[in-house]
Amino acid sequence: MTDATYTDTREYEAQFGDYVELLKPRVMRLVIFTAAVGLFAAPSAVHPVIAFASILCIAVGAGASGALNMWWDRDIDAIMKRTAGRPIPSGRIQPNEALAIGLTLSFLSVMMLGLFANLAAAGLLAFTIFFYAVVYSMWLKRATPQNIVIGGAAGAFPPMIGWVVATGSIGVEAVLMFLLILIWTPPHFWALALWRNEDYKAAKIPMLPVTHGTRVTRRHILAYTLVLIPIAIAPAFTQIGGSLYFGVSVVLNLIFLWGAVHLFRRNDEDTVVDDFRAEKRFFAFTILYLFLHFVTLLVVAALRAYDLHLGSFPVWF
Amino acid sequence: MSFHPEHELHTRRKGRNSAVGLLLGGFVVLVFAVSIVKLSQPQSEDTHAPNYVTPSQVSE
Repeated sequence: MTDATYTDTREYEAQFGDYVELLKPRVMRLVIFTAAVGLFAAPSAVHPVIAFASILCIAVGAGASGALNMWWDRDIDAIMKRTAGRPIPSGRIQPNEALAIGLTLSFLSVMMLGLFANLAAAGLLAFTIFFYAVVYSMWLKRATPQNIVIGGAAGAFPPMIGWVVATGSIGVEAVLMFLLILIWTPPHFWALALWRNEDYKAAKIPMLPVTHGTRVTRRHILAYTLVLIPIAIAPAFTQIGGSLYFGVSVVLNLIFLWGAVHLFRRNDEDTVVDDFRAEKRFFAFTILYLFLHFVTLLVVAALRAYDLHLGSFPVWF
Repeated sequence: MSFHPEHELHTRRKGRNSAVGLLLGGFVVLVFAVSIVKLSQPQSEDTHAPNYVTPSQVSE
């Protein structure tokens, strides 16, 4: 068969927007934001053009891993309400196309980041893509209820990559930003899983509420919150934190703790009465919590850039 | 029969092709911009730079 006889029998023609959707633009937005904070909070200055190009590479790399995830998970995505409208299960994009786009953009983003920034950042981006697409999506997601704990690492790497773009190495500040997202992810997703339970049950994904019940899940949310609090406050005592970060973080963590304790005290009867009101509010707050932590780091970096220091604060790490 | 420019596929994929074209154009501009920035930075400080000049070479 030659080009001349080529006919496309598919009824729907995939549009550009469908391919954009394949890259999980909402996740990409978060990645761009956290990577930018990691980059700008770092002590070494990066030329704006290099910074822009590097953040773009990190975002495209994250998008590529999203496409690979959608390609692999197309069977369960079709079952779950939340994901049934994604490009592959809704028939707008063929699975092979998604695989090709995912692999191509993965290689391209890693290679370009290596050229634009440095090889350490490129290596870290390659590892992130591998971690999300292979370790999380292929191995753990369907195998263990701790899937989200390890999967959270993939989302935690971008600020670290941003930091490495600027400095060329991993510092304690980068590790703390990584840990903040890593430990934040489980309580965030388990709060969601508490009321999205049916979806995960139908798709046979071993989320904690499905395998161990809601009581164990509530206990886990509280336990992870207790681990999260010192990690979230710790950056205040590094060169990227300070008094402003300390103040904001303490307030946010008190609210987070209050929410987690509140969820811990509730049971399934309570959720029937108010249709998971507290769980939904806690879930929404977790997003604000992470966002404000990173916004504060960005504000502190901007203040430092203009030589504005809000009093002295101990630097322990 | 050649792949005629007015093939129905062209009209169907017009939006998609224009967007891909813009993206590729943007990519070229990005690589060009980064090249300019990298080459205008002090190369003597970057030992990996292709035009790295050692301090002794500079003094000669």
